[in-house]
Amino acid sequence: MRGEQINSQNIIARSATSVPSPQRRSGGVETVTKLIDVSRCIGCKACQVACSEWNDLRDEVGTCVGEYDNPTDLTPDSWQVMRFNEHENEQGNLEWLIRKDNCMHCAEPGCLEACPAPGAIVQYANGIVDFNSEHCIGCGYCVAGCPFDVPRISKKDSKAYKCTLCSDRVSHGLEPACVKSCPTGSIMFGTKEDMLDLAETRTDFLKGRGFENAGIYDPQGVGGTHVIYVLQHADKPEIYSGLPKDPRISPLVEGWKGIPKPLASVAIGLAAFAGFFHYLAAGPKETPEEEDEEVEKEMRADEERDQELEEKRP
Amino acid sequence: MSEPKPRAKSDPGILRYDAFSRINHWLIAISFVMLVLSGLPFFHPFFWSLTGLFGGPTMTRILHPYIGLFMALFFAIMAIRFFKVSLIKRHDIQWLKQIKDVLSNHDERLPPVGKNNAGQKLVYWIMVLCVPLLLVTGLLIWQPYFADAVPITLRRLAAMGHAYLAFLAIITLIIHIYSGIWVKGSFTAMIRGRVSKPWAKHHHDLWYEEEMDKERRGKEHRGKEYREHEMSNQQHPSMTREEPK
Ligand code: HEM
Ligand code: SF4
Ligand code: SF4
Repeated sequence: MRGEQINSQNIIARSATSVPSPQRRSGGVETVTKLIDVSRCIGCKACQVACSEWNDLRDEVGTCVGEYDNPTDLTPDSWQVMRFNEHENEQGNLEWLIRKDNCMHCAEPGCLEACPAPGAIVQYANGIVDFNSEHCIGCGYCVAGCPFDVPRISKKDSKAYKCTLCSDRVSHGLEPACVKSCPTGSIMFGTKEDMLDLAETRTDFLKGRGFENAGIYDPQGVGGTHVIYVLQHADKPEIYSGLPKDPRISPLVEGWKGIPKPLASVAIGLAAFAGFFHYLAAGPKETPEEEDEEVEKEMRADEERDQELEEKRP
Repeated sequence: MSEPKPRAKSDPGILRYDAFSRINHWLIAISFVMLVLSGLPFFHPFFWSLTGLFGGPTMTRILHPYIGLFMALFFAIMAIRFFKVSLIKRHDIQWLKQIKDVLSNHDERLPPVGKNNAGQKLVYWIMVLCVPLLLVTGLLIWQPYFADAVPITLRRLAAMGHAYLAFLAIITLIIHIYSGIWVKGSFTAMIRGRVSKPWAKHHHDLWYEEEMDKERRGKEHRGKEYREHEMSNQQHPSMTREEPK
Protein backbone atom coordinates (compact mmCIF):
# COMPACT_ATOMS: atom_id res chain seq x y z
CA MET A 1 0.00 0.00 0.00
CA ARG A 2 1.56 3.29 -1.00
CA GLY A 3 1.50 6.49 0.99
CA GLU A 4 -1.06 6.61 3.75
CA GLN A 5 -2.19 3.08 4.31
CA ILE A 6 -5.89 2.63 4.05
CA ASN A 7 -7.40 1.12 7.14
CA SER A 8 -7.72 -2.37 5.81
CA GLN A 9 -8.22 -4.01 9.22
CA ASN A 10 -7.33 -7.35 7.70
CA ILE A 11 -3.66 -7.67 8.63
CA ILE A 12 -2.97 -11.30 9.49
CA ALA A 13 0.77 -10.90 10.06
CA ARG A 14 2.92 -7.89 10.83
CA SER A 15 6.72 -7.77 11.09
CA ALA A 16 8.32 -7.61 14.55
CA THR A 17 4.93 -7.69 16.22
CA SER A 18 3.81 -10.39 18.60
CA VAL A 19 0.41 -9.00 19.56
CA PRO A 20 -2.46 -9.42 17.08
CA SER A 21 -2.96 -6.76 14.40
CA PRO A 22 -6.40 -5.46 13.40
CA GLN A 23 -7.94 -8.26 11.36
CA ARG A 24 -11.64 -7.93 12.04
CA ARG A 25 -12.32 -7.65 8.33
CA SER A 26 -10.65 -10.89 7.37
CA GLY A 27 -13.83 -12.93 7.47
CA GLY A 28 -14.81 -14.46 4.16
CA VAL A 29 -11.81 -12.93 2.43
CA GLU A 30 -10.50 -15.37 -0.12
CA THR A 31 -6.81 -15.45 -0.85
CA VAL A 32 -5.82 -14.09 -4.23
CA THR A 33 -3.25 -15.51 -6.59
CA LYS A 34 -1.49 -14.45 -9.72
CA LEU A 35 -0.94 -17.29 -12.15
CA ILE A 36 1.95 -16.94 -14.57
CA ASP A 37 1.76 -19.42 -17.40
CA VAL A 38 5.32 -19.51 -18.68
CA SER A 39 4.30 -21.63 -21.66
CA ARG A 40 2.20 -18.83 -23.08
CA CYS A 41 4.57 -15.94 -22.47
CA ILE A 42 6.11 -14.35 -25.55
CA GLY A 43 8.49 -12.08 -23.64
CA CYS A 44 6.99 -8.82 -24.84
CA LYS A 45 7.49 -7.13 -21.46
CA ALA A 46 4.14 -5.38 -21.55
CA CYS A 47 3.76 -6.40 -17.89
CA GLN A 48 7.11 -4.85 -17.03
CA VAL A 49 6.04 -1.58 -18.59
CA ALA A 50 2.61 -1.72 -16.96
CA CYS A 51 4.26 -2.21 -13.58
CA SER A 52 6.44 0.90 -14.02
CA GLU A 53 3.45 2.79 -15.33
CA TRP A 54 1.05 1.97 -12.51
CA ASN A 55 3.59 2.30 -9.73
CA ASP A 56 5.19 5.49 -11.09
CA LEU A 57 8.57 3.83 -11.33
CA ARG A 58 11.13 5.00 -13.87
CA ASP A 59 14.25 2.89 -13.73
CA GLU A 60 17.39 4.06 -15.47
CA VAL A 61 17.49 3.13 -19.12
CA GLY A 62 20.25 0.55 -19.13
CA THR A 63 22.41 -0.81 -21.92
CA CYS A 64 21.99 -4.04 -23.84
CA VAL A 65 24.24 -6.71 -22.42
CA GLY A 66 23.75 -9.15 -25.28
CA GLU A 67 20.54 -10.72 -24.08
CA TYR A 68 16.94 -9.63 -23.77
CA ASP A 69 17.06 -9.14 -20.01
CA ASN A 70 16.81 -5.44 -19.30
CA PRO A 71 17.29 -4.58 -16.56
CA THR A 72 19.24 -7.72 -15.83
CA ASP A 73 18.04 -7.90 -12.25
CA LEU A 74 15.34 -6.59 -9.95
CA THR A 75 16.09 -3.09 -8.67
CA PRO A 76 14.35 -0.69 -6.29
CA ASP A 77 12.74 0.78 -9.43
CA SER A 78 12.03 -2.46 -11.28
CA TRP A 79 9.78 -4.66 -9.19
CA GLN A 80 9.53 -7.25 -11.88
CA VAL A 81 11.86 -8.34 -14.68
CA MET A 82 11.57 -10.82 -17.49
CA ARG A 83 14.31 -13.43 -17.40
CA PHE A 84 15.19 -15.13 -20.66
CA ASN A 85 16.90 -18.49 -20.84
CA GLU A 86 17.86 -20.23 -24.06
CA HIS A 87 17.48 -23.83 -22.97
CA GLU A 88 18.61 -26.79 -25.01
CA ASN A 89 16.32 -29.75 -24.35
CA GLU A 90 17.14 -33.46 -24.54
CA GLN A 91 16.32 -33.58 -28.25
CA GLY A 92 18.84 -30.85 -28.85
CA ASN A 93 16.15 -28.31 -29.64
CA LEU A 94 16.05 -24.76 -28.40
CA GLU A 95 13.41 -23.82 -25.86
CA TRP A 96 13.12 -20.18 -24.99
CA LEU A 97 12.13 -20.15 -21.36
CA ILE A 98 10.92 -16.73 -20.33
CA ARG A 99 10.01 -16.16 -16.73
CA LYS A 100 8.41 -13.12 -15.21
CA ASP A 101 10.33 -12.71 -11.95
CA ASN A 102 8.81 -10.85 -9.02
CA CYS A 103 7.85 -11.30 -5.39
CA MET A 104 6.11 -14.62 -4.84
CA HIS A 105 3.89 -13.40 -1.98
CA CYS A 106 4.74 -16.41 0.17
CA ALA A 107 2.18 -17.70 2.64
CA GLU A 108 5.09 -17.92 5.09
CA PRO A 109 7.21 -14.95 4.05
CA GLY A 110 10.88 -15.01 5.05
CA CYS A 111 11.12 -11.26 4.57
CA LEU A 112 8.45 -10.66 7.19
CA GLU A 113 10.02 -13.09 9.60
CA ALA A 114 13.42 -11.39 9.32
CA CYS A 115 12.26 -7.77 9.44
CA PRO A 116 13.05 -6.09 12.79
CA ALA A 117 10.88 -3.00 12.23
CA PRO A 118 7.33 -3.27 13.58
CA GLY A 119 4.88 -2.89 10.72
CA ALA A 120 7.39 -2.43 7.90
CA ILE A 121 6.08 -5.64 6.33
CA VAL A 122 2.48 -6.79 6.58
CA GLN A 123 0.50 -9.69 5.22
CA TYR A 124 -3.17 -9.15 4.42
CA ALA A 125 -5.91 -11.69 4.73
CA ASN A 126 -5.97 -11.95 0.95
CA GLY A 127 -2.38 -13.24 1.05
CA ILE A 128 -0.59 -10.18 -0.28
CA VAL A 129 2.72 -9.41 1.44
CA ASP A 130 3.22 -5.67 1.41
CA PHE A 131 6.12 -3.44 2.42
CA ASN A 132 4.90 -0.42 4.33
CA SER A 133 7.96 1.65 3.56
CA GLU A 134 7.26 4.40 6.02
CA HIS A 135 8.19 2.00 8.81
CA CYS A 136 11.18 0.58 6.96
CA ILE A 137 14.60 1.40 8.42
CA GLY A 138 16.68 0.06 5.54
CA CYS A 139 18.53 -2.63 7.47
CA GLY A 140 18.34 -5.16 4.65
CA TYR A 141 17.26 -8.06 6.86
CA CYS A 142 14.35 -8.81 4.48
CA VAL A 143 16.89 -9.46 1.75
CA ALA A 144 18.54 -12.06 3.94
CA GLY A 145 15.16 -13.53 4.86
CA CYS A 146 13.74 -13.92 1.35
CA PRO A 147 14.33 -17.33 -0.29
CA PHE A 148 13.72 -15.80 -3.75
CA ASP A 149 16.16 -12.86 -3.58
CA VAL A 150 13.43 -10.31 -4.19
CA PRO A 151 13.62 -7.17 -1.99
CA ARG A 152 15.94 -4.37 -3.06
CA ILE A 153 17.14 -1.46 -0.93
CA SER A 154 17.05 1.91 -2.63
CA LYS A 155 20.24 3.97 -2.62
CA LYS A 156 18.07 7.08 -2.73
CA ASP A 157 16.05 6.63 0.45
CA SER A 158 17.39 3.44 2.04
CA LYS A 159 14.00 1.74 1.99
CA ALA A 160 13.22 -1.76 0.78
CA TYR A 161 11.04 -2.17 -2.32
CA LYS A 162 9.39 -5.03 -4.14
CA CYS A 163 6.23 -5.99 -6.02
CA THR A 164 3.09 -5.16 -4.04
CA LEU A 165 0.88 -7.42 -6.16
CA CYS A 166 -0.78 -4.08 -6.79
CA SER A 167 -2.31 -4.26 -3.32
CA ASP A 168 -3.75 -0.80 -3.93
CA ARG A 169 -5.57 -1.94 -7.07
CA VAL A 170 -6.62 -5.27 -5.60
CA SER A 171 -8.15 -3.68 -2.52
CA HIS A 172 -10.36 -1.69 -4.89
CA GLY A 173 -11.44 -4.72 -6.86
CA LEU A 174 -9.02 -4.35 -9.76
CA GLU A 175 -6.55 -6.91 -11.05
CA PRO A 176 -2.81 -6.15 -10.88
CA ALA A 177 -1.49 -3.91 -13.66
CA CYS A 178 0.68 -6.65 -15.18
CA VAL A 179 -2.33 -8.96 -15.48
CA LYS A 180 -4.34 -6.30 -17.24
CA SER A 181 -1.58 -5.60 -19.73
CA CYS A 182 -0.70 -9.13 -20.84
CA PRO A 183 -1.65 -9.61 -24.50
CA THR A 184 -1.47 -13.42 -24.49
CA GLY A 185 -3.39 -14.13 -21.30
CA SER A 186 -0.27 -15.60 -19.84
CA ILE A 187 -0.85 -13.78 -16.53
CA MET A 188 -4.12 -14.44 -14.76
CA PHE A 189 -5.54 -13.36 -11.47
CA GLY A 190 -8.22 -14.66 -9.14
CA THR A 191 -8.74 -16.68 -6.00
CA LYS A 192 -6.08 -19.22 -5.22
CA GLU A 193 -8.59 -22.01 -5.72
CA ASP A 194 -9.60 -20.79 -9.16
CA MET A 195 -6.02 -20.24 -10.22
CA LEU A 196 -5.00 -23.73 -9.16
CA ASP A 197 -7.91 -25.12 -11.17
CA LEU A 198 -6.91 -23.09 -14.18
CA ALA A 199 -3.28 -24.11 -13.79
CA GLU A 200 -4.40 -27.71 -13.68
CA THR A 201 -6.16 -27.49 -17.05
CA ARG A 202 -3.07 -25.81 -18.48
CA THR A 203 -0.71 -28.51 -17.26
CA ASP A 204 -3.06 -31.19 -18.59
CA PHE A 205 -2.98 -29.42 -21.92
CA LEU A 206 0.81 -29.21 -21.88
CA LYS A 207 1.12 -32.86 -20.96
CA GLY A 208 -1.09 -33.67 -23.93
CA ARG A 209 1.34 -31.71 -26.07
CA GLY A 210 4.27 -33.84 -24.95
CA PHE A 211 5.53 -31.92 -21.94
CA GLU A 212 5.15 -34.84 -19.55
CA ASN A 213 6.80 -32.97 -16.67
CA ALA A 214 4.55 -29.94 -16.97
CA GLY A 215 3.35 -28.84 -13.57
CA ILE A 216 2.43 -26.12 -11.14
CA TYR A 217 5.02 -24.25 -9.12
CA ASP A 218 3.43 -23.52 -5.73
CA PRO A 219 6.30 -24.34 -3.37
CA GLN A 220 5.09 -25.85 -0.11
CA GLY A 221 8.37 -25.12 1.70
CA VAL A 222 7.12 -21.57 2.17
CA GLY A 223 3.52 -22.62 2.74
CA GLY A 224 2.62 -22.12 -0.90
CA THR A 225 2.74 -18.81 -2.72
CA HIS A 226 0.25 -16.28 -4.01
CA VAL A 227 2.13 -16.06 -7.27
CA ILE A 228 2.24 -19.43 -8.98
CA TYR A 229 3.76 -20.62 -12.25
CA VAL A 230 2.76 -23.13 -14.83
CA LEU A 231 6.05 -24.65 -16.01
CA GLN A 232 6.66 -26.94 -18.96
CA HIS A 233 9.39 -28.63 -16.90
CA ALA A 234 8.20 -28.47 -13.32
CA ASP A 235 10.75 -31.13 -12.36
CA LYS A 236 13.57 -28.70 -13.14
CA PRO A 237 12.55 -25.23 -12.00
CA GLU A 238 16.23 -24.19 -11.91
CA ILE A 239 16.34 -23.98 -15.72
CA TYR A 240 13.94 -21.05 -15.52
CA SER A 241 16.77 -18.66 -14.67
CA GLY A 242 17.37 -20.11 -11.23
CA LEU A 243 13.90 -20.62 -9.82
CA PRO A 244 14.67 -22.51 -6.59
CA LYS A 245 13.62 -26.14 -6.55
CA ASP A 246 12.54 -26.42 -2.95
CA PRO A 247 12.58 -22.93 -1.51
CA ARG A 248 12.25 -22.52 2.22
CA ILE A 249 13.33 -19.97 4.74
CA SER A 250 17.03 -20.64 5.29
CA PRO A 251 17.78 -22.53 8.51
CA LEU A 252 20.30 -19.76 9.20
CA VAL A 253 17.45 -17.26 9.22
CA GLU A 254 15.30 -19.55 11.37
CA GLY A 255 18.21 -19.97 13.76
CA TRP A 256 18.68 -16.23 13.88
CA LYS A 257 15.07 -15.16 14.11
CA GLY A 258 13.23 -18.11 15.64
CA ILE A 259 12.70 -19.21 19.23
CA PRO A 260 16.25 -18.44 20.44
CA LYS A 261 15.57 -14.70 20.40
CA PRO A 262 12.76 -14.43 22.94
CA LEU A 263 14.69 -16.90 25.10
CA ALA A 264 17.86 -14.84 24.81
CA SER A 265 15.93 -11.67 25.64
CA VAL A 266 14.57 -13.29 28.77
CA ALA A 267 18.08 -14.51 29.65
CA ILE A 268 19.40 -10.94 29.40
CA GLY A 269 16.70 -9.77 31.78
CA LEU A 270 17.35 -12.64 34.16
CA ALA A 271 21.08 -11.95 34.17
CA ALA A 272 20.45 -8.41 35.34
CA PHE A 273 18.05 -9.58 38.02
CA ALA A 274 20.40 -12.36 39.10
CA GLY A 275 22.96 -9.71 39.94
CA PHE A 276 20.48 -7.76 42.02
CA PHE A 277 19.33 -10.80 43.97
CA HIS A 278 22.85 -12.05 44.49
CA TYR A 279 23.64 -8.71 46.07
CA LEU A 280 20.61 -9.07 48.33
CA ALA A 281 21.64 -12.57 49.36
CA ALA A 282 25.43 -12.44 49.60
CA GLY A 283 26.05 -8.75 50.10
CA PRO A 284 28.96 -6.72 48.79
CA LYS A 285 32.47 -8.09 48.69
CA GLU A 286 34.37 -5.91 51.10
CA THR A 287 37.93 -5.74 52.32
CA PRO A 288 37.89 -7.10 55.88
CA GLU A 289 39.32 -5.04 58.78
CA GLU A 290 42.03 -7.63 59.46
CA GLU A 291 43.54 -6.79 56.10
CA ASP A 292 44.04 -3.21 57.32
CA GLU A 293 45.88 -4.49 60.38
CA GLU A 294 48.02 -6.85 58.31
CA VAL A 295 49.09 -4.11 55.97
CA GLU A 296 49.61 -1.79 58.94
CA LYS A 297 51.97 -4.36 60.50
CA GLU A 298 53.86 -4.83 57.25
CA MET A 299 54.26 -1.14 56.73
CA ARG A 300 55.47 -0.69 60.27
CA ALA A 301 57.99 -3.52 59.82
CA ASP A 302 59.22 -1.93 56.62
CA GLU A 303 59.57 1.37 58.34
CA GLU A 304 61.54 -0.07 61.22
CA ARG A 305 63.84 -1.77 58.79
CA ASP A 306 64.33 1.52 56.97
CA GLN A 307 65.12 3.18 60.25
CA GLU A 308 67.72 0.53 61.10
CA LEU A 309 69.34 1.11 57.75
CA GLU A 310 69.29 4.77 58.50
CA GLU A 311 70.97 4.30 61.86
CA LYS A 312 73.70 2.13 60.35
CA ARG A 313 74.62 5.02 58.16
CA PRO A 314 77.73 6.84 59.22
CA MET B 1 57.83 5.64 71.73
CA SER B 2 54.60 7.54 71.37
CA GLU B 3 51.40 5.93 70.03
CA PRO B 4 52.00 5.42 66.27
CA LYS B 5 49.31 6.72 63.98
CA PRO B 6 47.85 4.23 61.45
CA ARG B 7 49.81 4.35 58.26
CA ALA B 8 47.61 2.17 56.02
CA LYS B 9 44.83 4.76 56.14
CA SER B 10 46.88 7.74 55.08
CA ASP B 11 48.91 5.79 52.53
CA PRO B 12 48.20 6.88 48.93
CA GLY B 13 47.81 3.23 47.93
CA ILE B 14 48.89 1.60 44.72
CA LEU B 15 48.33 2.80 41.17
CA ARG B 16 46.19 0.17 39.44
CA TYR B 17 45.11 1.93 36.25
CA ASP B 18 46.97 4.91 34.84
CA ALA B 19 45.03 7.77 33.25
CA PHE B 20 45.41 6.35 29.76
CA SER B 21 43.93 2.99 30.78
CA ARG B 22 41.07 4.70 32.57
CA ILE B 23 40.11 6.94 29.68
CA ASN B 24 40.50 4.03 27.30
CA HIS B 25 38.28 1.85 29.49
CA TRP B 26 35.51 4.42 29.81
CA LEU B 27 35.49 5.25 26.11
CA ILE B 28 34.90 1.56 25.48
CA ALA B 29 32.38 1.26 28.30
CA ILE B 30 30.26 4.17 27.07
CA SER B 31 30.34 3.13 23.43
CA PHE B 32 29.72 -0.50 24.34
CA VAL B 33 26.62 0.34 26.32
CA MET B 34 25.44 2.50 23.43
CA LEU B 35 26.00 -0.47 21.12
CA VAL B 36 23.93 -2.71 23.33
CA LEU B 37 21.14 -0.15 23.54
CA SER B 38 21.18 0.52 19.80
CA GLY B 39 21.55 -3.14 18.83
CA LEU B 40 18.87 -4.68 21.03
CA PRO B 41 15.94 -3.09 19.18
CA PHE B 42 16.96 -5.07 16.07
CA PHE B 43 17.45 -8.14 18.19
CA HIS B 44 13.91 -8.30 19.48
CA PRO B 45 10.98 -5.89 19.07
CA PHE B 46 10.53 -5.99 22.83
CA PHE B 47 13.43 -3.49 22.94
CA TRP B 48 12.08 -1.35 20.09
CA SER B 49 11.48 1.71 22.27
CA LEU B 50 15.25 2.00 22.80
CA THR B 51 15.42 3.44 19.28
CA GLY B 52 13.96 6.58 20.88
CA LEU B 53 17.32 7.12 22.57
CA PHE B 54 19.08 7.48 19.25
CA GLY B 55 16.71 9.71 17.31
CA GLY B 56 14.35 7.12 15.90
CA PRO B 57 14.52 3.68 14.30
CA THR B 58 16.29 4.60 11.07
CA MET B 59 18.79 6.81 12.89
CA THR B 60 19.52 3.96 15.29
CA ARG B 61 20.19 1.68 12.33
CA ILE B 62 22.55 4.26 10.84
CA LEU B 63 24.42 5.05 14.07
CA HIS B 64 24.99 1.58 15.49
CA PRO B 65 27.74 0.48 13.08
CA TYR B 66 29.67 3.73 13.46
CA ILE B 67 29.62 3.39 17.24
CA GLY B 68 30.84 -0.16 16.64
CA LEU B 69 33.85 1.02 14.65
CA PHE B 70 34.73 3.55 17.35
CA MET B 71 34.47 0.95 20.10
CA ALA B 72 36.44 -1.66 18.16
CA LEU B 73 39.32 0.77 17.67
CA PHE B 74 39.70 1.55 21.36
CA PHE B 75 39.08 -2.05 22.28
CA ALA B 76 42.02 -3.10 20.12
CA ILE B 77 44.28 -0.74 22.06
CA MET B 78 43.09 -2.05 25.40
CA ALA B 79 43.26 -5.67 24.31
CA ILE B 80 46.94 -5.25 23.45
CA ARG B 81 47.80 -3.37 26.62
CA PHE B 82 46.00 -5.82 28.91
CA PHE B 83 47.22 -8.94 27.15
CA LYS B 84 49.98 -9.93 29.56
CA VAL B 85 48.04 -9.50 32.79
CA SER B 86 45.21 -11.58 31.30
CA LEU B 87 47.12 -14.77 30.64
CA ILE B 88 45.55 -17.62 32.62
CA LYS B 89 47.80 -19.08 35.33
CA ARG B 90 47.51 -22.22 37.43
CA HIS B 91 46.16 -20.40 40.49
CA ASP B 92 43.40 -19.01 38.26
CA ILE B 93 42.11 -22.51 37.60
CA GLN B 94 42.01 -23.18 41.33
CA TRP B 95 40.20 -19.88 41.85
CA LEU B 96 37.62 -20.85 39.24
CA LYS B 97 37.08 -24.23 40.88
CA GLN B 98 36.22 -22.36 44.04
CA ILE B 99 33.75 -20.04 42.33
CA LYS B 100 31.23 -20.90 45.06
CA ASP B 101 33.53 -19.41 47.68
CA VAL B 102 33.99 -16.37 45.46
CA LEU B 103 30.25 -15.86 45.17
CA SER B 104 29.57 -16.43 48.85
CA ASN B 105 32.31 -13.96 49.84
CA HIS B 106 34.46 -16.64 51.55
CA ASP B 107 37.56 -14.91 50.29
CA GLU B 108 39.80 -16.35 53.01
CA ARG B 109 39.52 -19.77 51.33
CA LEU B 110 40.69 -18.52 47.93
CA PRO B 111 44.19 -18.85 46.51
CA PRO B 112 46.05 -15.56 46.12
CA VAL B 113 45.80 -14.17 42.59
CA GLY B 114 47.66 -11.66 40.45
CA LYS B 115 46.61 -8.26 39.13
CA ASN B 116 43.49 -9.80 37.60
CA ASN B 117 41.50 -12.72 38.93
CA ALA B 118 40.20 -15.51 36.72
CA GLY B 119 36.80 -13.85 36.39
CA GLN B 120 38.36 -10.66 35.05
CA LYS B 121 40.55 -12.69 32.73
CA LEU B 122 37.56 -14.57 31.38
CA VAL B 123 35.79 -11.28 30.68
CA TYR B 124 38.91 -10.21 28.80
CA TRP B 125 39.10 -13.38 26.72
CA ILE B 126 35.39 -13.54 25.93
CA MET B 127 35.49 -9.95 24.74
CA VAL B 128 38.69 -10.55 22.78
CA LEU B 129 36.78 -13.30 21.01
CA CYS B 130 33.52 -11.41 20.59
CA VAL B 131 34.55 -7.92 19.55
CA PRO B 132 36.60 -8.80 16.45
CA LEU B 133 33.90 -11.24 15.35
CA LEU B 134 31.18 -8.66 16.00
CA LEU B 135 33.19 -6.21 13.92
CA VAL B 136 33.56 -8.60 11.00
CA THR B 137 29.98 -9.88 11.06
CA GLY B 138 28.72 -6.33 11.52
CA LEU B 139 30.65 -5.12 8.48
CA LEU B 140 29.27 -7.98 6.39
CA ILE B 141 25.65 -6.94 7.03
CA TRP B 142 26.24 -3.19 6.96
CA GLN B 143 23.71 -1.39 4.76
CA PRO B 144 24.17 0.43 2.51
CA TYR B 145 27.93 -0.12 2.35
CA PHE B 146 29.09 -3.71 2.24
CA ALA B 147 26.02 -5.94 2.55
CA ASP B 148 25.01 -5.82 -1.11
CA ALA B 149 28.42 -7.13 -2.14
CA VAL B 150 28.31 -10.08 0.27
CA PRO B 151 26.97 -13.47 -0.93
CA ILE B 152 23.58 -14.13 0.60
CA THR B 153 24.55 -17.22 2.63
CA LEU B 154 27.45 -15.39 4.20
CA ARG B 155 25.16 -12.48 4.97
CA ARG B 156 22.69 -14.77 6.72
CA LEU B 157 25.49 -16.43 8.63
CA ALA B 158 26.91 -13.08 9.65
CA ALA B 159 23.51 -11.78 10.78
CA MET B 160 22.96 -14.88 12.89
CA GLY B 161 26.50 -14.83 14.21
CA HIS B 162 26.26 -11.14 15.11
CA ALA B 163 23.10 -11.77 17.11
CA TYR B 164 24.55 -14.70 19.07
CA LEU B 165 27.86 -12.97 19.68
CA ALA B 166 26.03 -9.87 20.83
CA PHE B 167 24.06 -12.01 23.24
CA LEU B 168 27.25 -13.53 24.66
CA ALA B 169 28.87 -10.11 24.90
CA ILE B 170 25.83 -8.59 26.61
CA ILE B 171 25.65 -11.35 29.24
CA THR B 172 29.39 -10.93 29.83
CA LEU B 173 28.94 -7.19 30.10
CA ILE B 174 26.18 -7.58 32.69
CA ILE B 175 28.40 -9.85 34.79
CA HIS B 176 31.29 -7.41 34.36
CA ILE B 177 29.22 -4.41 35.46
CA TYR B 178 27.76 -6.31 38.38
CA SER B 179 31.24 -7.30 39.59
CA GLY B 180 32.16 -3.64 39.62
CA ILE B 181 29.20 -2.89 41.86
CA TRP B 182 29.59 -5.96 44.03
CA VAL B 183 33.32 -5.78 44.76
CA LYS B 184 33.66 -2.60 46.74
CA GLY B 185 36.62 -0.51 45.67
CA SER B 186 36.94 -1.78 42.11
CA PHE B 187 34.66 0.86 40.64
CA THR B 188 36.68 3.63 42.29
CA ALA B 189 39.82 1.94 41.01
CA MET B 190 38.65 2.43 37.44
CA ILE B 191 37.55 5.99 38.19
CA ARG B 192 40.47 7.30 40.25
CA GLY B 193 43.14 4.77 39.28
CA ARG B 194 44.40 3.96 42.81
CA VAL B 195 43.50 1.22 45.28
CA SER B 196 44.31 0.99 48.96
CA LYS B 197 47.00 -1.46 50.02
CA PRO B 198 44.61 -3.54 52.14
CA TRP B 199 42.29 -3.79 49.12
CA ALA B 200 45.13 -4.92 46.90
CA LYS B 201 46.34 -7.43 49.47
CA HIS B 202 42.87 -8.85 49.98
CA HIS B 203 41.78 -9.19 46.37
CA HIS B 204 45.03 -9.50 44.44
CA ASP B 205 47.66 -10.69 46.88
CA LEU B 206 50.28 -11.76 44.34
CA TRP B 207 50.03 -8.43 42.59
CA TYR B 208 50.20 -6.64 45.94
CA GLU B 209 53.39 -8.50 46.88
CA GLU B 210 54.88 -7.64 43.51
CA GLU B 211 54.06 -3.99 43.96
CA MET B 212 55.42 -3.97 47.52
CA ASP B 213 58.63 -5.64 46.37
CA LYS B 214 59.00 -2.95 43.77
CA GLU B 215 58.43 -0.31 46.42
CA ARG B 216 60.99 -1.86 48.81
CA ARG B 217 63.53 -2.38 46.09
CA GLY B 218 62.98 1.20 45.09
CA LYS B 219 63.75 2.33 48.64
CA GLU B 220 66.77 0.06 49.04
CA HIS B 221 68.02 1.20 45.72
CA ARG B 222 67.71 4.77 46.78
CA GLY B 223 69.37 3.88 50.11
CA LYS B 224 72.25 2.19 48.36
CA GLU B 225 72.75 5.09 46.03
CA TYR B 226 72.75 7.29 49.06
CA ARG B 227 75.47 5.31 50.85
CA GLU B 228 77.66 5.19 47.77
CA HIS B 229 77.20 8.85 47.43
CA GLU B 230 78.17 9.26 51.09
CA MET B 231 81.38 7.33 50.76
CA SER B 232 82.60 9.38 47.86
CA ASN B 233 81.73 12.58 49.69
CA GLN B 234 83.08 11.87 53.15
CA GLN B 235 84.89 15.14 53.33
CA HIS B 236 81.55 16.96 53.20
CA PRO B 237 79.76 16.03 56.42
CA SER B 238 77.17 18.77 55.96
CA MET B 239 75.51 16.71 53.28
CA THR B 240 74.98 13.68 55.50
CA ARG B 241 72.21 15.47 57.34
CA GLU B 242 69.92 15.66 54.36
CA GLU B 243 67.69 12.88 53.01
CA PRO B 244 68.01 12.68 49.28
CA LYS B 245 64.60 12.93 47.61
C1 HEM C 1 32.19 -3.91 16.41
C2 HEM C 1 31.54 -3.29 15.48
C3 HEM C 1 30.09 -3.49 15.19
C4 HEM C 1 29.53 -3.27 13.97
C5 HEM C 1 30.25 -2.77 12.72
C6 HEM C 1 28.14 -3.59 14.07
C7 HEM C 1 27.23 -3.51 13.04
C8 HEM C 1 25.93 -3.94 13.09
C9 HEM C 1 24.99 -3.87 12.01
C10 HEM C 1 25.31 -3.37 10.61
C11 HEM C 1 23.81 -4.34 12.46
C12 HEM C 1 22.52 -4.42 11.66
C13 HEM C 1 21.65 -3.27 12.08
C14 HEM C 1 22.20 -1.99 11.57
O1 HEM C 1 22.42 -1.87 10.35
O2 HEM C 1 22.42 -1.08 12.37
C15 HEM C 1 23.99 -4.75 13.82
C16 HEM C 1 23.03 -5.32 14.60
C17 HEM C 1 23.19 -5.62 15.94
N1 HEM C 1 24.31 -5.33 16.71
FE1 HEM C 1 26.05 -4.68 16.02
N2 HEM C 1 27.85 -3.98 15.35
C18 HEM C 1 29.02 -3.95 16.07
C19 HEM C 1 29.18 -4.26 17.42
C20 HEM C 1 28.16 -4.65 18.26
C21 HEM C 1 28.29 -4.87 19.67
C22 HEM C 1 29.58 -4.72 20.48
C23 HEM C 1 27.07 -5.23 20.12
C24 HEM C 1 26.62 -5.54 21.52
C25 HEM C 1 27.24 -6.28 22.33
C26 HEM C 1 26.18 -5.26 19.00
C27 HEM C 1 24.87 -5.62 19.07
C28 HEM C 1 24.04 -5.77 18.00
C29 HEM C 1 22.74 -6.38 18.05
C30 HEM C 1 22.07 -7.00 19.28
C31 HEM C 1 22.21 -6.31 16.76
C32 HEM C 1 20.90 -6.88 16.29
C33 HEM C 1 21.24 -8.26 15.81
C34 HEM C 1 20.07 -8.97 15.23
O3 HEM C 1 19.85 -8.85 14.04
O4 HEM C 1 19.40 -9.70 15.95
N3 HEM C 1 26.87 -4.89 17.87
N4 HEM C 1 25.29 -4.47 14.19
S1 SF4 D 1 9.17 -13.75 -2.29
FE1 SF4 D 1 10.54 -12.84 -0.80
S2 SF4 D 1 9.85 -10.74 -0.65
FE2 SF4 D 1 8.18 -11.89 -1.62
S3 SF4 D 1 6.88 -12.52 0.11
FE3 SF4 D 1 8.28 -14.22 -0.29
S4 SF4 D 1 9.96 -13.78 1.16
FE4 SF4 D 1 8.82 -11.88 0.98
S1 SF4 E 1 14.98 -3.11 5.05
FE1 SF4 E 1 12.96 -2.38 5.74
S2 SF4 E 1 11.49 -3.96 5.13
FE2 SF4 E 1 13.54 -4.85 4.94
S3 SF4 E 1 13.87 -5.87 6.92
FE3 SF4 E 1 14.75 -3.84 7.16
S4 SF4 E 1 13.08 -2.60 7.99
FE4 SF4 E 1 12.13 -4.49 7.21
